[in-house]
Amino acid sequence: MSHWPIAPILLPLFAAVLLLALERWRAAWQLPVNLLATAALLVVCIGLLGRAADGGVTAYLLGNWQAPFGIVLAVDRLAALMLTLTAVLALASLLAAMPRWHRRGAHFHPLFQMQVMGLNGAFLTADLFNLFVFFEVLLIASYGLLLHGGGRRRLHASLHYVTLNLVGSALFLLAVSLLYGVTGTLNMADLAVKVAQAPDADVGLLHAAGLLLLVVFGLKAAVLPLGLWLPTTYSAASAPVAALFAIMTKVGVYAIVRVFTLIFVGERLAVAAPLLLPLGLATLALASLGALSAGSVPRLAGYLTMASAGTLLAAVGLSGDRALAAALYYLPQTTLAVAALFLLAELIARQRGDPGGALVAGPAVRQPALLGGTFLLAGATLAGLPPLSGFVGKLLILRGAVGQVGGFAVWAALLLSGFAFLIAFSRAGSRLFWKVSPAQEGPRHGALAMIPVFGLLAGGLLLAVLAAPVLRFAQAGAQQLLAPTDYVDAVLGARPVSRGGGRP
Amino acid sequence: MSLELMLALGVGLCAACGVYLVLRARSFDLILGLTLLSYAVNLFIFATGRLAVNRPPILAPDTEATLAQYADPLPQALVLTAIVISFGMTALLVAIALAARRAGDDDHVDAGRQEPQ
Repeated sequence: MSHWPIAPILLPLFAAVLLLALERWRAAWQLPVNLLATAALLVVCIGLLGRAADGGVTAYLLGNWQAPFGIVLAVDRLAALMLTLTAVLALASLLAAMPRWHRRGAHFHPLFQMQVMGLNGAFLTADLFNLFVFFEVLLIASYGLLLHGGGRRRLHASLHYVTLNLVGSALFLLAVSLLYGVTGTLNMADLAVKVAQAPDADVGLLHAAGLLLLVVFGLKAAVLPLGLWLPTTYSAASAPVAALFAIMTKVGVYAIVRVFTLIFVGERLAVAAPLLLPLGLATLALASLGALSAGSVPRLAGYLTMASAGTLLAAVGLSGDRALAAALYYLPQTTLAVAALFLLAELIARQRGDPGGALVAGPAVRQPALLGGTFLLAGATLAGLPPLSGFVGKLLILRGAVGQVGGFAVWAALLLSGFAFLIAFSRAGSRLFWKVSPAQEGPRHGALAMIPVFGLLAGGLLLAVLAAPVLRFAQAGAQQLLAPTDYVDAVLGARPVSRGGGRP
Repeated sequence: MSLELMLALGVGLCAACGVYLVLRARSFDLILGLTLLSYAVNLFIFATGRLAVNRPPILAPDTEATLAQYADPLPQALVLTAIVISFGMTALLVAIALAARRAGDDDHVDAGRQEPQ
């Protein structure tokens, strides 16, 4: 049994402990240690991605307990993709925090690594209760990170954010224990088997559990009736933290995909599947209106985070592996672009001085060509203009929608929302860069400040250039998700290592 | 009154009071409400192991090792995890609510709300 699948959890955990110890002794070492750990994590995750791309599902028995009695970690294509995306995002936001944010307030570095550990654990685990625990780990760290930098706005945003997530956790526990009460298991692969065999009398309870899970994951993914917290919370967070949080809505989307392609499948149990498409489209519509009315760049980025979750959910809600593959292609590029926009918003705000990121007439930025050009690139990616990755992603979703139920609505919503984002970005850009008074004395951004933004946007460009291999991977990933026998067999079939210490 | 009915009523009452208090939107009521909600959830998890009297989840040498003879130990372990997590979360929320009250001079949860920008 290879031990690599647990490395993305252990590495950030040990790094966080080390960083906590260094805080007292050698605060100056924290940043290099954190950078080293994050870079090492990226290497490990790329290795896992390469292995997952070969096709198999790798299961790792924690504590060498046979499934379903112990907790199992499983790496399939989707999980490996999410792990790599998290590591890329973590590295970029750490680099963005390097010039100043990491010194503003205590415990930034340990919390950062704990956040990464929670995210990785949530993507890896094949146990529903363990998923709850990792959700809590990532949420606790995110409460701390949200408050990082202090200030009244962050305090009040986090009061709302913590409360919402506590209620969400309560519902998650109800759903998990309901499932345990009916099936007697918490292992997702075993649940998939047991739920399919459940007697008809229990179907009502299973439906209730499935819908409760949809509510919980919908809250994390900021889906329409539950997503209104997102723009306020994310725009209150400091820029590197907001960039890292861009992956958090995707955790909700990931959990929806995982649970509703693995456990609640088939005619009898598919309670949530018909709801995904309308919910996603409604979220997208609201996010478009929000983007048009946004009064500042961070809020605009917040609404775009919501929009990307809505688009993904709609694509997942369409039946067929083409739409799901399109969603898997769309996910990484939209996450990178939104994170880049959050980072860019702060760079612009700092050069404008008093009005900050607010979309009002104010002083010009000191490097209009650099910041304006980057803003244009980020905006074009997010609005889905050709030839950038956002365009490829949307095109794939539109192609996947052809001939499906609700395909027409997806075409209308995606095209109209793209138009709305175009208007929103044009409006924001002209306010920020054209309707200006002379620039004030402010900091000029050197290469160091621009590297993370450029890196994230270059990642998006790379996904557009390498669209063919990435799409092949996404298609294979979608097929793997829609035929979950591989996953179930790998998890339930994993054998404990024998006591002799031999490695089979 | 049967044990099951009493437990169900207790869970329902805790949850109802919890939801009411959370919706009052004052930070103190909010914390109490979330605590009651977590009590309801913990009792609910405990009940998924089915209610049984005089059946400790510890194997005895002269009793057959099936779930008919013992209480299910897993929900009890899950409850412990849930209690620890909700306890820690409540502590954090109290700290945030105190700081928010000091900053806003009012314990309404929207007290510090500024015009959205």
